[in-house]
Amino acid sequence: MLNFELSQEQKEIQEMAMKFAKLEMIPKSAEYDQKGEMPMEILEKAWSLGLVNTCIPAEYGGTGFTTMDSMVITEALAYGCLGMNTAIMANDLALLPIVIGGNDEQKKKYLTPFTESYKIAAFCLTEPGNGSDAGGIKTTIKDGGDHWIVNGQKMWITNAGYADVFTLYGTIDPEMKHKGISALIIDKDTPGIEIGAPEKKMGHCCSDTRAVTFKDVKVPKENMLGKPGDGWAIAMKTLDHSRPMVAASAVGGAQCALDYANEYAKERIQFGKPIAGHQSIQFMLAEMAMKVEAARLLVYKSAWLIDQGQSNTKLASMAKAFSADSFMQVATDAVQIYGGYGYSKEYPVEKLMRDAKLIQIYEGTSQIQRLVIAKEVLK
Amino acid sequence: MNIFVCVKQVPDTETKVTPNGDGTFIETSSIKWIMNPYDEFAVEQALLLKAANAGSTVTVVRVGSTQDTEALRTALAMGADEAVLVEGEDNLDSYMIAKALKGGIEKSGKTPDIIFTGKQAIDDDCLQVPQLLAQMLDMPSVSVVVGFESADGKVTLKREVEGGALEVYEVSTPVLVACNKGLNTPRYASLPGIMKAKKKPLQNFSLADVGVSADDRRLKYSNFQLPPEKPPGKKFDAMDEAKQAEVVAEVVQLLRNEAKVI
Repeated sequence: MLNFELSQEQKEIQEMAMKFAKLEMIPKSAEYDQKGEMPMEILEKAWSLGLVNTCIPAEYGGTGFTTMDSMVITEALAYGCLGMNTAIMANDLALLPIVIGGNDEQKKKYLTPFTESYKIAAFCLTEPGNGSDAGGIKTTIKDGGDHWIVNGQKMWITNAGYADVFTLYGTIDPEMKHKGISALIIDKDTPGIEIGAPEKKMGHCCSDTRAVTFKDVKVPKENMLGKPGDGWAIAMKTLDHSRPMVAASAVGGAQCALDYANEYAKERIQFGKPIAGHQSIQFMLAEMAMKVEAARLLVYKSAWLIDQGQSNTKLASMAKAFSADSFMQVATDAVQIYGGYGYSKEYPVEKLMRDAKLIQIYEGTSQIQRLVIAKEVLK
Repeated sequence: MNIFVCVKQVPDTETKVTPNGDGTFIETSSIKWIMNPYDEFAVEQALLLKAANAGSTVTVVRVGSTQDTEALRTALAMGADEAVLVEGEDNLDSYMIAKALKGGIEKSGKTPDIIFTGKQAIDDDCLQVPQLLAQMLDMPSVSVVVGFESADGKVTLKREVEGGALEVYEVSTPVLVACNKGLNTPRYASLPGIMKAKKKPLQNFSLADVGVSADDRRLKYSNFQLPPEKPPGKKFDAMDEAKQAEVVAEVVQLLRNEAKVI
């Protein structure tokens, strides 16, 4: 029953996405990283080739990819550039709550336009005072009769400056904790939304990250996903889907760092031979390759479980934590193998090391993933 | 308009090619196949022509073994409508391939208005199939094409000649156009294109079906071998200024008497 081989179609998808990563993303990744600017030309091209919004089901105009297919795509795009991939992946993160918790009308209204032209979405969960403790959300959603009234501030919102649509989590009553959390779809033009200045970040510099403030924002009643209080369940299911995806991006980044280190180790001569001939470097490369392979297998299994209709909460967190930590280690070792050159911005591994760090933080820190895993193990 | 594209599947440019056991061809078992890069320009031009002529179809034809159908799948994923595969070994000669392509085109049930090919395949570099095929089909052919325009049953083709000059041809259809780099920028196969490709019609024929037999072979392959390994280069140390005149004299002597290049 076990089969570790991608399907013929998945191999073709992978080949195409890798071609895009190598020919379109990698040549521009350093430039956009330094400019700290959204690479709109590349994102639009990726969209036109079907590489964006892979979570949208076929009945709403999507391509109808399985979760496993989208892992293959994400890994390839992250191989090209982590920052560009974050801009792409953030769309899925923001649209997944609609895919998971939306009714037919909401899906038609908000998912289908994303398949007709390149549009951008932003997921608004984290707040200045609430990151890992998402249950402590302070943004309020009050019943204003024929609409909802939203007040609060959101932090570290990817794509915020470019978003056409926000999916926002707030609470109908902070006292209710998780049970009060509710999710809304909010159009960008709704009065009362204030978009902050771009944050200056260590890595993923070409992705757009900002604070978003909601002041008496009136949202139509029909824009709530599910009913009041359904938000927590929708958010958790979203994470079951999105964590494997983030993990896949870590595998892509780690594979890229490994490939660079491998190539460099064969070229760099010290003590009369390529450094790849020295056992200390060989052991590092072996360790890196092991981590990449093991992380990829965890990603595949966590995605496969979703496609089988099974719970993947534990595996998704395992994949996320292991891949993110592995990527950090592999990228750090790649810099080490490059030596002084690795510390220079002239060479690609410096950026990979900066980019790796974020994967251990966003979408649930490596510590939060361990809490989730422990909870599942101790059940 | 019935547009045809002939594609060849060739080893990936990064493949390390080795002779097979009896030296009659290359070892094909572990090769990663790709569409011949010049054929990508042919597919792209066919798709552009189709887009400009509503109701046209693009049929892609390939002769070769079936172990991997990369070239046809890529063409379909890029947007070709249907495919014809004439199954045969990978070591057919140019004449057999041209004859089999002709048969495949005829078996498709469509009469070609225009046929696009790459100007050459990057594996054997014979540069013969486009001209042979055009001759067999009794139609004109123009090769090394870098410019293409089409209007009212005529095509205007630009081809590169020595020194960077361009020759301009006006040819009435049907015509065979062998494409060169620079003609266009081949598109990516989009992901929806890849998913749709599976459902597109693919007709299979054998060599016998299209009237090609062993008697058609004009070229017998034998004695395939790797080129002899290059001897290591000689190094001369000219860093020491005092010795430079001596080193230069030695190099000149070696170039004249040993390498015999001056």
